[in-house]
Amino acid sequence: MNKKTFGNKLVASPYIVWSAIFIVVPLIIMVYFALTDSSGTFTLANLSGLGQYKKAFAISIIYAAAATVITLILAYPMAYFMTKLNISSQRMLFMIVMIPMWMNFLIRTYSWITILANTGLINTFLTNIGLKPLKLINTPGAVILGMVYDFIPYMILPIYSVMSKLDKSLLEAAEDLGSNSVTKFKKVIFPLSRPGVISGITMVFVPSVSTFYISQKLGGNKTMLIGDTIEYFFNLGPSYYNIASAISLVLMVMILICLFIMNRFTDSEDGGVLM
Amino acid sequence: MKILSRLYIALIILFLYAPVAVMIVFSFNSSSSVWVFSGFSTRWYEGLANDTTMLTALEHTLIIAVSSAVISTVLGTAAAVGITAIRRKMSQKIVMSVTQIPMMNADIVTGISLMLLFIFFGKLIGLSESLGLGTVLIAHITFNLPYVILSVIPKLRQTDSHLAEAALDLGCTPLKAFFKVILPSISTGIVTGFIMAFTLSLDDFVISYFTCGHYQTLPIVIYNMTKKSVTPDTYALSTLIFISVFVLMVLYNVLQTKSEKKRTETVRV
Repeated sequence: MNKKTFGNKLVASPYIVWSAIFIVVPLIIMVYFALTDSSGTFTLANLSGLGQYKKAFAISIIYAAAATVITLILAYPMAYFMTKLNISSQRMLFMIVMIPMWMNFLIRTYSWITILANTGLINTFLTNIGLKPLKLINTPGAVILGMVYDFIPYMILPIYSVMSKLDKSLLEAAEDLGSNSVTKFKKVIFPLSRPGVISGITMVFVPSVSTFYISQKLGGNKTMLIGDTIEYFFNLGPSYYNIASAISLVLMVMILICLFIMNRFTDSEDGGVLM
Repeated sequence: MKILSRLYIALIILFLYAPVAVMIVFSFNSSSSVWVFSGFSTRWYEGLANDTTMLTALEHTLIIAVSSAVISTVLGTAAAVGITAIRRKMSQKIVMSVTQIPMMNADIVTGISLMLLFIFFGKLIGLSESLGLGTVLIAHITFNLPYVILSVIPKLRQTDSHLAEAALDLGCTPLKAFFKVILPSISTGIVTGFIMAFTLSLDDFVISYFTCGHYQTLPIVIYNMTKKSVTPDTYALSTLIFISVFVLMVLYNVLQTKSEKKRTETVRV
C-alpha cells in the first residue's frame, strides 16, 4: 500500500483513456483536416491562404483586448469594494454577480438589442427628452459592450476570491511601516491580487476573442470576427471543413501563445485560480 | 468613500441586471414586439406550455445536464483519486496539462474538434448521421470533467492520508476505507464539481451547437429563435429559467449559511 497517498493510480485509467480519445485525438484530427484538402491529400494551401482573414483576426484581437481592459477596469474596484463589506453582504453580492452567468448568454446578449436599437429604450428616451437619437447598435462599441457584459462576472469573481483571502495582517504591517493607502495598494494589495487578475483576464479574453454570437447580434453583419468566419465555413458544408479547421488551429495556437505569455507573469505556485 | 463605493457597487449591479429587467418586462408584453411595451399579458407564458419544440428541447437539456453531470462526477472523482496517487511528477504533470485543455481552449475550437472526431469515426463505421444524443453527451462529459477533477483534487490534498491508513490498520478493506474515510472528507469538492458540471452543461451553447446534430437543446432552440425575429416567448422562457436559478441559488445559500451556523455551534460546544 502506498504510504503517502491513498488510492491506486489505476482508478484514473478510465479518465486517461477518455481524455486521450476526446481531448487529444480530436485536436490531432483537426490538425489533419487543416493540412489536407477535401479529398484527403496533403496540402499547405489552407494555412497559406489564411492571409485573407488577417482583418478578422486583427479586429477579433483588438475587440477582445479592448473588452478585457474595460472589464478589468470595471471589475477590479467592484471586487475590492466587495471585500470591504461585512461577510453576509459579501456572500449576497457574490451570488448577485454569479446569477446572470447562469442565464443563457444568448438571451442576455439579445436583450441588449431592445436597449440599444435605433428605436430601442435608450433612443426612445433620448427622443422623448428632445435629443437626437444615437447610432448604438451595429457599432464596434456595441460588440465590445456585449463582450464586457457577458464576461464581467468571470473577472469580478476570481479577483474577489483572491482579495477576500488576503491576509489582513500584511496590510496592518504596511501601515505600521508608514505606507499610505496608495503605496499600500501598490505594494501589497495589487501584487497579491495578481493571480486573480490573471485568471480573470484569461477567462474574459479567450471567450471574447473566439465569440461568434455577440458580433452577429450587436455588430450587424458588417463585423466578421474570427469566430464568425469559422462558423460561416462550417455552415457551408463538409468541403469547407478543411479551411475552417485551419482557421481554428491558428486561433488555438494564438490563444495558447497568449496564455503562455500570461503565465510568465505569475509564479507557477499560485498560478491559476479556479472559482 | 463609503458612499462612493456603495454607489459603484450599485451601478455595476444595475449594469448586470438592466438586460435581465428588460427581458422580464417584455416577457409580459401583450403585443409581439420586444421594443414597444403595449400592455400587460401572460399570453406568452400560456403559449410556452403548448410549445412542443421548446418543451422537447427543455427535456433534452435536462437529460444531458443530469446524465453528463453524474457521469463526469463519478469519472472525475475516480480520476482525481488516481491522479493524486501517480508518483512520477512528470506523468502527473502531463495528465494535468491535458485535463486543462478543454478549460483553456476556446469553446468553438473544442466544439469543432469534437465534431470532426465524431464525423471522422462516423464515416469510418459507415454512419450517415453521426451527431445526436450520444455525441452531445460525450462532448458535455468532456468539458465537465476538468471542473470536477479540479474541485476534488484540492480536497484530496487536504485530507490526512494517515486517517485512511489507520482505517486499513483497523481492518478496513481499501474500498471500505475509501467510502468511510476519504469520501466524506472530499464530499464538498465532489458536490461543488457536480453543481459546476450541471450548470455548465445546462448553459452550454457553443459546443452543443457543433455536436448535437438534430438533438437540439434549449440554447440551440433559443439560438434558432433569435436568428429570426424574436418574440416575447423567448423572454418568457428565459424569465422562467432566471427565476428557477434565482430560487435555487437563494435556497442553496440559505442552507449553506444554516449548516455553517450549526458547525460553529457544535465547535463551541
